[in-house]
Amino acid sequence: MTAATALGWVTVCPLDRLDRDRGVAALVAGVQVAIFRTADGLYAIDNLDPVSGAYVLSRGIVGSRGEVPTVASPLHKQVYDLRTGDCLDLPGVSVARHQIRCHNGMVEVRLRQEG
Amino acid sequence: MTGGNVVVIGNGMVGQRFVDALRARDPQGLWRVTVLAEESRPAYDRVRLSAYFDGADEQDLNLHTAHDGVELRLGEPATGVDRDRRVVTTTTGEHPYDVLVFATGSYPFVPPVPGSDLAGVFVYRTLDDLAAIRRYAKDRRTGAVIGGGLLGLEAANALRLLGLTTSVVEFAPRLMPVQVDTAGGAMLRRYVEDLDVACHLGVATTALRSGADGAVAALELADGAVLDADLVVVAAGIRPRDELARAAGLDIGPRGGVLVDAACRSPDERIYAVGECAAVDGTCYGLVAPGYAMAEVVADRLVGGAATFPGADTATKLKLLGVDVASFGDAHGATPGCLDVTWTDPAARVYAKLVLSDDASTLLGGVLVGDAGAYPTLRASVGGPLPAAPLALLAGDDAVGATAGALPATAQVCSCNAVTRGDIDTAIADGCADVAALKACTRAGTSCGSCVPMLKQLLDAAGVVQSKALCEHFDVSRQELFDIVRVRGIRTFSRLIAEHGRGQGCDICKPVVASILASLGNGHILDGEQASLQDTNDHFLANLQRDGSYSVVPRIPGGEITPEKLIVIGEVARDFNLYTKITGGQRIDLFGARVDQLPQIWRRLVDAGFESGHAYGKALRTVKSCVGSTWCRYGVQDSVGLAVALELRYRGLRAPHKIKSAVSGCARECAEARSKDFGVIATETGWNLYVGGNGGFRPRHADLFATDLSTEALVTLIDRFLMYYIRTADRLQRTAAWIEAMDGGLDHLRAVIVDDSLGLCAELDAAMARHVVSYSDEWRDVLSDADRLRRFTSFVNAPEVPDPSITFVTERGQPVPVGGHASEAQGRQPVALGLPEVRR
Repeated sequence: MTAATALGWVTVCPLDRLDRDRGVAALVAGVQVAIFRTADGLYAIDNLDPVSGAYVLSRGIVGSRGEVPTVASPLHKQVYDLRTGDCLDLPGVSVARHQIRCHNGMVEVRLRQEG
Repeated sequence: MTGGNVVVIGNGMVGQRFVDALRARDPQGLWRVTVLAEESRPAYDRVRLSAYFDGADEQDLNLHTAHDGVELRLGEPATGVDRDRRVVTTTTGEHPYDVLVFATGSYPFVPPVPGSDLAGVFVYRTLDDLAAIRRYAKDRRTGAVIGGGLLGLEAANALRLLGLTTSVVEFAPRLMPVQVDTAGGAMLRRYVEDLDVACHLGVATTALRSGADGAVAALELADGAVLDADLVVVAAGIRPRDELARAAGLDIGPRGGVLVDAACRSPDERIYAVGECAAVDGTCYGLVAPGYAMAEVVADRLVGGAATFPGADTATKLKLLGVDVASFGDAHGATPGCLDVTWTDPAARVYAKLVLSDDASTLLGGVLVGDAGAYPTLRASVGGPLPAAPLALLAGDDAVGATAGALPATAQVCSCNAVTRGDIDTAIADGCADVAALKACTRAGTSCGSCVPMLKQLLDAAGVVQSKALCEHFDVSRQELFDIVRVRGIRTFSRLIAEHGRGQGCDICKPVVASILASLGNGHILDGEQASLQDTNDHFLANLQRDGSYSVVPRIPGGEITPEKLIVIGEVARDFNLYTKITGGQRIDLFGARVDQLPQIWRRLVDAGFESGHAYGKALRTVKSCVGSTWCRYGVQDSVGLAVALELRYRGLRAPHKIKSAVSGCARECAEARSKDFGVIATETGWNLYVGGNGGFRPRHADLFATDLSTEALVTLIDRFLMYYIRTADRLQRTAAWIEAMDGGLDHLRAVIVDDSLGLCAELDAAMARHVVSYSDEWRDVLSDADRLRRFTSFVNAPEVPDPSITFVTERGQPVPVGGHASEAQGRQPVALGLPEVRR
C-alpha cells in the first residue's frame, strides 16, 4: 500500500516544535501520522482513530496507565498504548505504529510496513 | 449434550439474557447460537419502555451485546418447528437445531369488545407501538386506557405527557389490583387523579365507538357512562406466545405457555422455554426477574449443570406517574392467620402495610405507596425475622440504613439477578471495593437498580471505605484536589502530580486540573504546560465533531443580536462554507471548520465585536431569555437586560460541568428557566431564583431557592451558588446531582450561601469578584499571540495542506460530513423522522 519511498526516514520538524505531552499531526508520504513527545521520548502512531474513522488521535490527551504511556481518543476516549498502538480498552483494536527518532535536532519518521 | 446448534426464537429481554448467560458459561464456544427475532431491532429494555416518552431513544434502551458465535437474525420471525427433522423454519429459510429455546414472550390481550379493531386503538408493548401512539396523538385531545394495572398506568402517563386529557378504566375495584391492596389502591388513586387522570374503577368496557372519520371516538362502559377518547390504549394483561409450540405438538400449560419442568425443559428434551412464554410446572410469570432466572437455568443446563428454577420473587418496585409503589412477598395477606401492620399518613400521602406471620416474628410481605424507601431492606427480609420494629422499618431511610447490615446471608438483596447478602459479602471479601465493582462481579443492581443504596450500606457494614479517588493518578476527589491547589497555591500539573499523585496523568485528571486552575484564575488556558492538560475542545477553543472538524459558537449574550452582527455570522459561514444551525441556547453554531481555519474565522468574528461563547468548555454557556417587559404585553421585568448582564458577568467561568441559565420576564416562563442550573423568573416585585435544573436524559426542574429578590441580592446569591459549586462538586457533576448528593440538600445549600453557616460567603464573593475583573476573551488573546496560534495547523510538516479527510456533501442546501448518518453507518435501522418533541 505504501510506496517504497515511504519506507525511508522522513524529516518532519524540529524537536522544539513539539510540546511536551501533546501530539501533532504530520503528513508522511500521504499517511496521517500522530506524533507525541513525552518525558520518556517520541512516539508515532496512525492519526486515524479506528473506532470513529476520523483522523484525530494526535489531538488526544497524553498520559499513562500503570507504566504504559498512553493517548486517549478525543472523540470517544478509548486509550491506546503509544509504544505498540494497541487499544487498552477494546481487545483486538489497534492502530499502526511508526518508527520515530530525533536526529540532529530534527524529528524523523519512518512508516512501518503493513503487517 | 455439550455443544452444537442452539436456536433461540425471540430476542426480547429474556432471550438476550439467555444468550449472554450461555456465552459467559461457554467460553470455548461449543454452542453456536442463532437468534431469530421478529422485531427489526435487537433486544431492548421493555421494562423502561415508557422512557421513550421522556426522550430516551432506541440506543438508550438497547440491551443487545454482540458475541462471537452468535448470529442474530433481525426481522426474521420463526414460522414453524419441525421436531422430527429438528429445524425451525422462518419467513426466509430453515435453521437446524440441536437445542431449541422458546423465548417468544407474550402478546397484549385485547378483550373481545366491539370496536377494538378501530383505527386509533393501540397496545403498549414495543417501541413501534409507542412510536405509533406518539404519531397518532398529534392533534388529538382525549385518550383512554383500558386497564389500570402497572402497564395501564404507564400508558396513561404517556398519553398525559402527549397532551391528551386521559382516563383509565379498570375492571377491578382498585388500581394495580395485582400488586396493592384496597387502602394502597385508594392512596394511589389520589395521586393519579391529582395529575388529572380520571379513574373509572370496578367497571367493564363494553364497546368502542367510532366517530365520523371511522376512527375510535369514545368508550362505552358497563355502567352506562360514555368517555370521549380519540386514542385508546389497551393494557388489559398479556398472554404467552405459544402458537408455534402448539403447532409443533408441544404440551401447553393450563393457562397457556409452553409447559416445562423446573429445568425449563419440555418433555421433548431438546426443547426449552424461558420467560413469559414458559409455563414452569404450569405457571406463567409476567415479570422480567423470573425470566432472567429461567434464562440462567437453561444456560447452566446446556453446559452440563443441574440448575432448577428457584420459584419466582414477584416483588415489584416502581415509580408510576411520580409515585413510588412497591409490593413484595405475600402482599395480600393470603397466609392463614397472618397479621397486618398498616401505616397511613393522609397528609404525607404515604401508605404502608407489612404482613407478618401469626406470631409477628416473620415478615411475609407488604405494600408501600408514596414512599418506597424501605423497600430494599424489607424485600430482602421476607421469610426471615424482622430486622427492626415494624414502625421503625416504615419510618424511612435512616432506619433502613441502620438495618441493612443486620440482614442474614440468605436474604436476597437483588431480586432481579438473584443475588444474596452472602454473595455480596463474598464479593467484598474478594476485593470489590465499590458499587461499580459489585455490579460487575455479582450483577446486583444492574437491572432495576433499586438495591444500589443497599449495596452501599453493605460495603459500609463490611468496613470498606469507598474510594473517592479521581483516577489511578490521584487518590483524592475533585473537591479535595481543588482545596489542595487553592490552599497550597499550586499552579502547575507537574508539581501537583509530583507532590500529590503518581504517574503521568490521563484524560480524566488532566482536564479536571485544567478546570481547577482556570477556575482559580491561572492565565490563558493555552499558556505553558496548561495547554497539554486541555481536552481537544478547550485546546482548539471549538467543539470537535464526529468527522474531526470543529464547530464555532460566538457568544450572543441573552440571545440579543444586532442585524449587523447577524450579517457578519452569515458572511463568515458563507465564506468558509460552514453549516449553520440555531442552538437551543439562543445562539448560532457554525459547523465544519478545520483546525487551520479556526483563527481565520475568529479574526473575522472578533473584528466584528464577537467573543468566545465557551460552547467548548465546562463553563457558563448561555443565559437564555424571553423578550420581557421591553416588548411583551405580559412581561413584568426586563428579562433580556438581566440575562445579558448575567451572561457577561459569568462568561468564561470554568466549572466541573457546563452551566446553563435563563431569565423569564413573567410567570409564563417562556425562557424555560426552570430547566437550567440557575433560572430566574420575574415577579411583580423582583426575581425568583431557581437552582439545580437540567434537560438531558433525566430532565429535572430547578427548585425554588429564594423569592422576590432585588437584582443586587439575586446576583450575590448566584455568585455564591456558582463559586460553591465550582469548589465542591465532583467531576462532570451538574448542579442538580451536586445538590442531590449534598448532605442536607437544598436546605444545606441555603444555610451555606444565604445564612453563611460555614463562614464562606466573603471568600466566595471575593472569588467571583476576581473572576469578573480578570475576564478576557480567550479567542482575542489567541489571535494576538503567535505561540498560541501555531497550534492551529493541519500538519506540522505541511501546514499549507488542509486535512484531506474532511469533506462534505450537500444536504438541504448546506454542507454536512460525508459518510451519511451515524446510525446508517453502523448498520442500524434508520431512525424515525423527527416528530414533535413531547414536553411535560
